[in-house]
Amino acid sequence: MDLLEKLTILTDAAKYDAACTSSGVRRGYQDGKIGSTSDMGCCHSFSADGRCITLLKVLLSNDCCYNCKYCVNRCTNDTPRASFTPEELAELTIGFFRRNYIEGLFLSSAVLHSPDYSVELMIRALSILRNEYRFNGYIHAKAIPGTSPELIERLGLLADRLSVNIELPSEAGLKALAPNKTKQGILRPMTQIRDRNIENRRELVQYRHAPKFAPAGQSTQLIIGATPDNDLHILNLTQSLYDRYRLKRVFYSAYVPVVENTLLPSLDTKPPLLREHRLYQADWLLRFYGFRAHELLDESAPDFDPLLDPKCCWAMRHPEFFPVEVNHADYEALLRVPGIGVVSARRILVARRAGSLRTEDLKKLGVVMKRAQYFLTCSGRLATPLRLSQSGILSSLMAVERNALPAPQLEQLSLFDQVG
Amino acid sequence: MAWRDIIYEYDGSFDGFLCCVYESYTQKEHPTAIHCDGDDCLFESRVVTTDPAHAQRVYRSFFRFSPNVGPFLRRVFLTCLDEKEMAMYRFIVKLYREGAPLLAMLSDDTYHPLLKAVRNLSGEAEALRGFIRFSDLGGMLGAEIEPNNRVLPMLRSHFCNRYHNESFFIYDRTHREALLYANGVSRIVPLDRFEMAQPDKTEADYRRLWRRFYDTVAIKERENHKLRMTNMPKRYWNTMTEFQCEDFFNPCSKDSNEAAPALSVPDGRSVPEKQTGFSPSAPE
Repeated sequence: MDLLEKLTILTDAAKYDAACTSSGVRRGYQDGKIGSTSDMGCCHSFSADGRCITLLKVLLSNDCCYNCKYCVNRCTNDTPRASFTPEELAELTIGFFRRNYIEGLFLSSAVLHSPDYSVELMIRALSILRNEYRFNGYIHAKAIPGTSPELIERLGLLADRLSVNIELPSEAGLKALAPNKTKQGILRPMTQIRDRNIENRRELVQYRHAPKFAPAGQSTQLIIGATPDNDLHILNLTQSLYDRYRLKRVFYSAYVPVVENTLLPSLDTKPPLLREHRLYQADWLLRFYGFRAHELLDESAPDFDPLLDPKCCWAMRHPEFFPVEVNHADYEALLRVPGIGVVSARRILVARRAGSLRTEDLKKLGVVMKRAQYFLTCSGRLATPLRLSQSGILSSLMAVERNALPAPQLEQLSLFDQVG
Repeated sequence: MAWRDIIYEYDGSFDGFLCCVYESYTQKEHPTAIHCDGDDCLFESRVVTTDPAHAQRVYRSFFRFSPNVGPFLRRVFLTCLDEKEMAMYRFIVKLYREGAPLLAMLSDDTYHPLLKAVRNLSGEAEALRGFIRFSDLGGMLGAEIEPNNRVLPMLRSHFCNRYHNESFFIYDRTHREALLYANGVSRIVPLDRFEMAQPDKTEADYRRLWRRFYDTVAIKERENHKLRMTNMPKRYWNTMTEFQCEDFFNPCSKDSNEAAPALSVPDGRSVPEKQTGFSPSAPE
């Protein structure tokens, strides 16, 4: 099998992984080595689905011995199988990297024989890349659940970021769809990576040249829509992952039905892209805006509103918080206003030192006035000329949002469906 | 004001521009336009000669307000802002008059356009950091770009870091200049004409591999051309490997007709079959 064909099969098998970032570690050039990494990462292309391509995202092998029902690579699926040799993969990575196609490698693998065996193969590929080709760029490696701690340790010393994919956000889902994986098997390597990271930071303070263990931290991925878990559950899980496991990112991947199974959504189901989008919006609110999961969702409304983004929803539920006075409010309060983001909030802080801000100024500072106008005052004056009722604001916010949403699908009405 | 109105002509360098500022203050003149291309015009104009000492003096005066003003203006000078010289001149005059507090007035009418232009420049430089495609030309790496702003100085440190042990060049088709780097030394030189060499066998193979990877990694069920174009506007596609036509992927030894140099073919290769969202003739 030639390289082109292998690349096709192994890319096709890896493409459902959402993570494709090269951020979180900054390493300048080193003599005799190839490449560098930058703190904020770098997108090298965008594929036809609009997702960024930063890393060469491939599997080392798709010859899996597990039988996870949602996965294309499960052993009972009739699909072409291929494996890179570690040398091939290293050479390909360097070739792509030198041409500025990619920022590094995202290496994952199906479970070939056993988790340990496949991780050992990955380690071989990565050490060829790091030690023989002297590759200094970004490497993201996937730790397969159930790998022994010694191998995770070695993997972490070669890679910049590690990830352990949770995939199914509840234990029940895991039991039903991925019988070979257990919650413990997933959480154990995550705990290990977290503890090792903390320890490594201490080592680096003492010895400047101590080897770095996964300096860009760890991330994970959750599949959305394969199991009946609601958004509240997923968001709570996300929050505890950030708090307890110090994850850098949690990725969400809308489930794309690739295999027929009675336990899974049928093959003609559309991937829940809007739901995924809302979860990402909420994820940003957790990480950068100081929101907590319980503020965004609760038992009475466990799912996000498809018509309105989570921040606007929160604002509509908390009229007592508004209006916010632009010229006096602190940073945290500004961040809670729909239409004001991290950048525009910072600009407001700078600009208002030179004099009080007027409504016209806000637009130039990057505030999205079509959302923010209902929630702001400038020197005591409301930013909107009209005084609208709650429901009036709600409908105009939805009108703003509507343009960004996909056009509603036309569907055949049924006499037997419930109305509303 | 008793100041005279006049048009300045300068040599197109940043120092030259600073000398115009110097000239205006020493001669008590109000430039109504500052430009570097010598068009004839009806109004009185004067050629301002560049004197590094004068430029230095003006540049140093900015440090009174903040150490960031000088570097900021240097960056504004790289942008494609309309009549950037006059916009910068007006900003400098206002800065001398109002002092450092102007730097906090992010929505000021003379300051805000400059901030916006620099944001555009940085955005383009950041995009190109990823979107530039190099070709291996017998050990040397070469790339071409078509940016709106003069981004080469902004790309310099990034690529010198990334390819520290290599030699490479980036050719800017719009501004006809090239960034050259070899043995740890980089230079930006004007270069009028440039044509990329045909790829050899390995290079063509890598291009093919990359295009295949690009096409495969997209998930059909999630296809979203609008999102892709938001993230990667079409004007970048011209120079990107994944959107080139078939010629681009053939090694040079096969065909001998020189008439069609692969790299200068302007039409972006669009994804086969699905052309619903956009017309293939869009790149400006």
